[in-house]
Amino acid sequence: MQGLFDNYDTGGFFDEMFGADGTVRPHYKRLLERFSEMDAAAFERKRALAEAAYISQGITFTVYSGDEGTERIMPFDLVPRIIPANEWKTIERGLEQRLCALNLFLQDIYHDQRIVKEGIVPREIIATAKHFRPELVGFDVPHGIYIHICGTDMIRGADGNYMVLEDNGRCPSGVSYLLENRQAMKRVFPKLFSRHQVRPVDAYPQELLAALRHVAPGGNPDPTVVVLTPGIYNSAYFEHSFLARSMGIEIVTSQDLVVQDARVYMKTTKGLKQVDVIYRRVDDDFLDPTVFRKDSVLGVPGIVNAYREGNVNLANALGTGVADDKVTYYYVPAMIKFYLGEEPLIQNVETYLSAVESDRKFILENLEKLVVKAANESGGYGMMIGPQATKAEVEKFRAAIIADPRGYIAQPVISLSRSPCYVDGKFEGRHIDLRPYILMGEKCTIIPGGLTRVAMRKGSLVVNSSQGGGSKDTWVLDEGDAC
Amino acid sequence: MLSRVADSCLWLSRYLERAETCARILDVNMQLVLDFEDQNSGSSDGHWLPILATLQDKDLFETLHPEPSPDSVMDFVTFEKTNPNSILSSVTCARENARTVREQISSEMWEELNGQFLYLHSPAARAAFRESPIGFYRGLVGRLHAFQGVTDATMTHGEGWQFLQAGKYIERADSTSRVLDFKYHVLLPSEEEVGGNVDITQWMAVLRSCSAMEAYFKLSHGRVSAWDVAGFLVLHDSFPRSIRFCVDALDLALHSISGSDRGHFANEAERLSGMLRSNLDFTTVDQIFQTGLHQYLDQIQVRLGAVSNALWGTYCRWL
Repeated sequence: MQGLFDNYDTGGFFDEMFGADGTVRPHYKRLLERFSEMDAAAFERKRALAEAAYISQGITFTVYSGDEGTERIMPFDLVPRIIPANEWKTIERGLEQRLCALNLFLQDIYHDQRIVKEGIVPREIIATAKHFRPELVGFDVPHGIYIHICGTDMIRGADGNYMVLEDNGRCPSGVSYLLENRQAMKRVFPKLFSRHQVRPVDAYPQELLAALRHVAPGGNPDPTVVVLTPGIYNSAYFEHSFLARSMGIEIVTSQDLVVQDARVYMKTTKGLKQVDVIYRRVDDDFLDPTVFRKDSVLGVPGIVNAYREGNVNLANALGTGVADDKVTYYYVPAMIKFYLGEEPLIQNVETYLSAVESDRKFILENLEKLVVKAANESGGYGMMIGPQATKAEVEKFRAAIIADPRGYIAQPVISLSRSPCYVDGKFEGRHIDLRPYILMGEKCTIIPGGLTRVAMRKGSLVVNSSQGGGSKDTWVLDEGDAC
Repeated sequence: MLSRVADSCLWLSRYLERAETCARILDVNMQLVLDFEDQNSGSSDGHWLPILATLQDKDLFETLHPEPSPDSVMDFVTFEKTNPNSILSSVTCARENARTVREQISSEMWEELNGQFLYLHSPAARAAFRESPIGFYRGLVGRLHAFQGVTDATMTHGEGWQFLQAGKYIERADSTSRVLDFKYHVLLPSEEEVGGNVDITQWMAVLRSCSAMEAYFKLSHGRVSAWDVAGFLVLHDSFPRSIRFCVDALDLALHSISGSDRGHFANEAERLSGMLRSNLDFTTVDQIFQTGLHQYLDQIQVRLGAVSNALWGTYCRWL
């Protein structure tokens, strides 16, 4: 080690770049060589260059605190996370397996509920799932695909094994950062790419569009596909507009759509135009005020009826939230065995259900050592990390678990793997996770890598952007790259 | 194209044109004040308050600043967040509209506009303003022109672009009429006479705020009169800020959107713009002054408003 990496300390964690003995891992060797040629001033210039590009392009998200939302850029770290080809291959197969099982699960619980009848998943878990939609029982979605776009959060623990932390099967966001991070890296470190064989990620929007076109109602070969956004004040608006732009399709808000005769139309300067597939970034609850939340102004009255009549398709389907309920998560390995007859290629994190009496007892006795999560929250909200929580927080969660056992799960604290990040003029280890994006259309497509999220605060385990997390470019090396 | 997108394109360019008008008026007024500093010893309110009348913001200003000063007027028109017509507000609104149509406009357009927005909200803008207001306003107008250039060079000249043009020319025609009317609001000091030194300087200021001085002098052989200046700014057929030119360009944009030929009309907006256009084509300066310049300009503003409403009614009414 030399230069900016002098005194770099892996701190006893699994480090993506360096082994426990401090030697660089083979797939990071060339990166280390390049970065060692630079001093802090040079690196700082690169950092400023990248940041300026993000600001000028408006690659921002909105943070709500107090009465005013402010636009921020997501902190971007310049040290890429590198995944060797063989490692990625396993992840890829495991993710495809998982998404296939989740889609079969959704198909099953909205039809025969075999998995319940055969006692694999308890009936009351489904019956009490907050996002289960009884309105959709018996309804057939085109090609049996419920989750077209899945963002699966993965972590590596102390032994470096990849595990799935959660499946986001509703409206996973972040893919635009993945694509923009790559653009930024190419702009700032063009030569690094010629030294490595990094698999490109640029095709994502085209793959997404292909998946959306594939599920058009009635097999329409030339469907009109749109992105439905809650609007410019939504924290992910940049991404919605980015995806629409890259796919070359319209981005619409609820006021642009109208339902007539169970068909969805958009209001154009030349009159009404029928819409066939909607990539909706609006949650189920807000989609249709005549069916779900009556107070929703983001919704389109009648759209659910048009959907049930088979005149429009939604991606993701309605009712997928039951699959990313954190209690359902517990049963995913069992689903894989049940539907596919296979062993899970990627493991879950060990999980305790407070709905199960013996587990609940264990959870309540060990609250200070566990991570507790609300079953239906996301974005880093509704969770408690026992060892870092105050006494009051622990008691708050204890009361909440006792009041609503179905609403919580607990997991041991995983010391997430770390990656070097540039912080105040030197490199320091920060905890990271990985969110790959899996598309299910005619075939399953996974964009190489995913979004690597970074807990920028020292020691923090929370990587969500709403909680001050950042991100970095993720490289999957080509097989030919014999590093 | 989505009706909402058409609406946002219209307003995006209207707001930018509005910001440009404010910057021009303030720039020119600043220069006027410098010219008259001696004569007006101390009180230059006579030069600053008409600006507010021109921009129709007088009431709000008076509640915020019971005792007006040149600085408070400039600050109000430039940086005041609660003034919906300040330069800062206009650029902010333009950017909000651009954000909703980012998939329609080019990335270059967005970056240019976003850069301007970020600059106006930064301390650097205030510092530049304090250093030299005139330099600040010139720089601003230059950046807004750069946006027009980027728009023409990087965006498909299709429907969205035509809506941008329509918005721009409605607003510009309206602005020119207001700048011209500005002279009406500036009370000539009582001892001065029409055609005198002060009168001429004021008319030249009007020309300058439309970037029209050079173009005007090519035609007028050094003569400056109300008659000639108004004739130029209202009726010239190829100066890009004259009302007639703007209305013609607006009419062309409308016909490009609908695809109908310019001798006919396909909707109410085209009917009204066509009538306004032929009125301007067949009017003389004499007639304008017979009506009264102020009254004539007032009518123009009302008719532009009617075209704008009809345009919305034609393409966006179901929103």
